[in-house]
Amino acid sequence: MLTPSIQFAYLTRFGDTALILSQRLAEMCGKGPALEEDMALANTALDLLGQARLWLTYAGEIEAAGRDEDALAYLRGDREFHNLLLVEQPSSSYAHVLMRQFYFDVWHNLALARLESSTDPRIAEIAAKSRKETAYHLRRSSDLIVRLGDGTAESRARMASAADSLWPYTGEFFTADFVDSTMAEAGMAFDPHALRDDWLRFVRQVFEAATLHMPPLDAWMHKGGKQGLHTEHLSYLLAEMQVLHREHPGAAW
Amino acid sequence: MPINETFAPARPNIDQIRDWLRAVTDPEIPVVSIVDLGIVRDVAWSEDNNSCVVTITPTYSGCPATAVIQSRIRDELEEHGIARVELRVQLSPAWTTDWLSPQGRESLRAFGIAPPAGRASGQFTTILAEIASGAPQATPPCPHCGSTHTTPISQFGSTLCKALYRCQDCLEPFDYFKCH
Repeated sequence: MLTPSIQFAYLTRFGDTALILSQRLAEMCGKGPALEEDMALANTALDLLGQARLWLTYAGEIEAAGRDEDALAYLRGDREFHNLLLVEQPSSSYAHVLMRQFYFDVWHNLALARLESSTDPRIAEIAAKSRKETAYHLRRSSDLIVRLGDGTAESRARMASAADSLWPYTGEFFTADFVDSTMAEAGMAFDPHALRDDWLRFVRQVFEAATLHMPPLDAWMHKGGKQGLHTEHLSYLLAEMQVLHREHPGAAW
Repeated sequence: MPINETFAPARPNIDQIRDWLRAVTDPEIPVVSIVDLGIVRDVAWSEDNNSCVVTITPTYSGCPATAVIQSRIRDELEEHGIARVELRVQLSPAWTTDWLSPQGRESLRAFGIAPPAGRASGQFTTILAEIASGAPQATPPCPHCGSTHTTPISQFGSTLCKALYRCQDCLEPFDYFKCH
């Protein structure tokens, strides 16, 4: 049965995923391999931060426990975050940054497109607003996968390695749990598994243009992020993101 | 003469208020008013309490100018004697550059920012076709010399709403207001 706590859990999945990827990209500010890339990372981070605020503000309203976007972003521990595992993975190399973004952008566009027809008008309008921004992100990440995959021997090898190492974190896009299925039954969300074919088709087309091989479709996949069970990387990210607010509660510009 | 007509404060009409709002600009694009940008979606007087209700929509969800724009709207209307302003933020329908007025487009160009070329779209098939053809997303005319011989330098620029281009004829770089 649909309850506010299920709606809250679902909304934080989208809000936390946008927030954590935004933080990962913001960590790269000033460290991009070229000025254009640095601007792209920071701008993408800003788009995702704006989207995270919309989701988390709404989640706080549904929860009706007096928590606003800041309380949710800064005062929860790792087990209370419901982001996808993929977005908390570290920026080990620039190939990882781009591949993480590409896998995510394809899924994000498909997922938001479904949410645009949610029976919850607030979810529908946040999704419609966000998808316009993420379509631009997808254009950039797809383009770079092709250019660096079909680039030098070195860039190709790095992209292929990143594609393989991040692949086991993509399974979580398509696995449903009780929260997903309850929201889908209420018409507020979608069946995650239904996105898989479109996602694979898009990734395959871009990989073909990039001369990259598709990782094995039956590979073992990580799961748990949506339920609050994370890789060790999330705690370190949260420590840095939350320290100011925790040390100086209520600090504002 | 009924008393309430004699003593009720004069309420400026909506067209007048819209005109005043033309003095409010986006701090990141100081030459275009928020009316011409399509940010102001509605202006109305509330029936119950004589406050002016201004409905606005954000350009990009992370745009840091949104808060500044809101306080500028209040300040501007206060200067014209409207003390009670209620701001409503509306997300749907999502803002699009298709709402830029002809005046807004011309002001951008005169300021050195190429206005959006074409209509907004974000369909999967469009993106795939563009990647397959290797063609850049748009080739906006250079705002300095008018040449259409332009190439993108960077998909992102100084703000969320802009990309960076260069003119191959006059060789000047310029900001392009992205189609959104």
